[in-house]
Amino acid sequence: MATIASLKDDTFLAIDDPPPARRRRLPFSPWHLVLAPVAVVMLVPLVWMVILSLETKSEAANFPPVLFPSGLHFGNYVTTWNSVPFGDFFLNSLAYSAATVAGNLLFCSLAAYAFARLKFFGRDVLFVVLLATLMVPYQVLLIPTFLIVKDIGMVNSVGGLIMPNLCSAFGIFMLRQFFRTLPVELEEAARIDGTSRLGILFKIVLPLSLPALATLAIIQFMWSWNDFLWPLIIINSATRDPLQLGLATLQGAHYTEWNLLMAGTVMSQIPMLAVFLIAQRWFIRSIAFTGMK
Amino acid sequence: MSAVAEQPRPPAARHQPPPARPSLLKRLIGSEHLAGWMFVAPAVILIAIFFLIPIGWSLILSLQANNLLGSHHYVGFANYNALSKDHVFRSAVGHTVLYTVIFVPISVIGALGLAVALNRRIRGIRFYRLAVFTPLVTSTVATGILFLWLLDPTFGLVNYVLHAVGLPQQQFLQSPSEALYCIVAMTVWGWLGFDVIVYLAALQGIPEELMEAAEMDGASRFSRFRTIVLPLLSPATLFLVVWSTINALQLFDEIYVTTRGGPLESTTVIVYYLYQQAFQYFNAGYGSAIAYVLFIGILIITLVQMWVGRRRVYYTS
Repeated sequence: MATIASLKDDTFLAIDDPPPARRRRLPFSPWHLVLAPVAVVMLVPLVWMVILSLETKSEAANFPPVLFPSGLHFGNYVTTWNSVPFGDFFLNSLAYSAATVAGNLLFCSLAAYAFARLKFFGRDVLFVVLLATLMVPYQVLLIPTFLIVKDIGMVNSVGGLIMPNLCSAFGIFMLRQFFRTLPVELEEAARIDGTSRLGILFKIVLPLSLPALATLAIIQFMWSWNDFLWPLIIINSATRDPLQLGLATLQGAHYTEWNLLMAGTVMSQIPMLAVFLIAQRWFIRSIAFTGMK
Repeated sequence: MSAVAEQPRPPAARHQPPPARPSLLKRLIGSEHLAGWMFVAPAVILIAIFFLIPIGWSLILSLQANNLLGSHHYVGFANYNALSKDHVFRSAVGHTVLYTVIFVPISVIGALGLAVALNRRIRGIRFYRLAVFTPLVTSTVATGILFLWLLDPTFGLVNYVLHAVGLPQQQFLQSPSEALYCIVAMTVWGWLGFDVIVYLAALQGIPEELMEAAEMDGASRFSRFRTIVLPLLSPATLFLVVWSTINALQLFDEIYVTTRGGPLESTTVIVYYLYQQAFQYFNAGYGSAIAYVLFIGILIITLVQMWVGRRRVYYTS
């Protein structure tokens, strides 16, 4: 729609105004000359990933690279799916992402509401301490967290993947900032009517906070789905690999079979790509939000 | 404090005898203190176990010889001493700094140019934006695998293109002198979309009246960009520089998937060395010392960037 409207504007201007001094010599905007090559560079790796995944082994290992395969060998996908526990990878990633998204939404909402609206002993100190954890790089936590998860007997389990990532200071901070922008009168009215604080949070505050909750959910989902280092350390059997770790395992197994490796890569990227294409606006809003703090 | 309590009391209340005080327990239940702590308890417990305790424990570990399997004893600053003499660690720091110094300017300046190009209504702009954003949702592992093929010396597409235009073919990730630059290219491809989105959001926040007024006053395109757009984008620029630097100093996934620190340790970066020490050689104490050095390094660099940035950034409000 936007493009159509702006095209109309252009023709309208062209009729009414005298031609400007620096007249366009190109039949299209010169910005295409910048953007088209960039788009090609950004998309070629992804397009070629799909092409390779449909080639025979010899086509995929050919020089020069084969742009048009002799046929569409979808069998590569079946071979790859069966050569490693791909179904397990998906389920593990799904469990990891779903549990951490749910955990963050719940625990961060509860804490953020208290930080935004309730006055309790030690609140400000506690908040500063939580914020300070944001400054610490992930790698500092890695070894002790591994030892803690080992001590509670959850090494090499999906539960061990999930546990340390159920709640983040980032989520608390983000939701608290959002809750504070909501009008407090509504909550006060409900309070006088005898609604409990929990009821206020779930019936009034959270329904008004859907944009912030969606942002937190998307950021956490992207993080969990693509997480690699933590699974690499905690998981050591293929059936418990989440997708990205499984993909690295696959890479070890099919080091020279580019067609199979790419078929696996395509399969591993489809869920995230699909979600991105469907919820593109939300993704972009969430990422832009991270930069606006 | 709830709003009810904040309302001014009638003056008569002062002279009435105080009502009988409810028991301590009763006052506690239903008070905001208890409610507040109940609300934050799950989050505080989780963050204490998985963030606060590890931060302290890591420091203790760095003063120990620890094999991750239970055997450990106190060694004082021996790990840090060894680290200062470890030539692999020194070169890992060198590689990490070199990578960061190349990656950050390229991705931030590249994203600025690209965001300006993408911030207009021309035909196909949605397609262009999609093309720039899509690598962002491609996982780091998938990115690594894609570039392993693209940059393969024998079969890769990039060498084919070089061959086609008559340039000499390269070893790329298999050459000690080229591998780190290939990692830069790979990660710029993967992360550029993030920076572009942040810049695009900032660009769209610039009021159009401002640009129109400047145009009326006869400011050229370039001077409008330099005197209006750049200052208004400076908070986004500071954020992106700080954020990209932190991420660049923590580079790991792409290295693990493509080069495993090689060839000849030419891409061994700090976090990869940490991973090797802690989880392949089981030197958890040494690994923790590396983690703490990285932590302090990131902290200092971030503070310096913020301090330098504060004086140059233009905040509207």
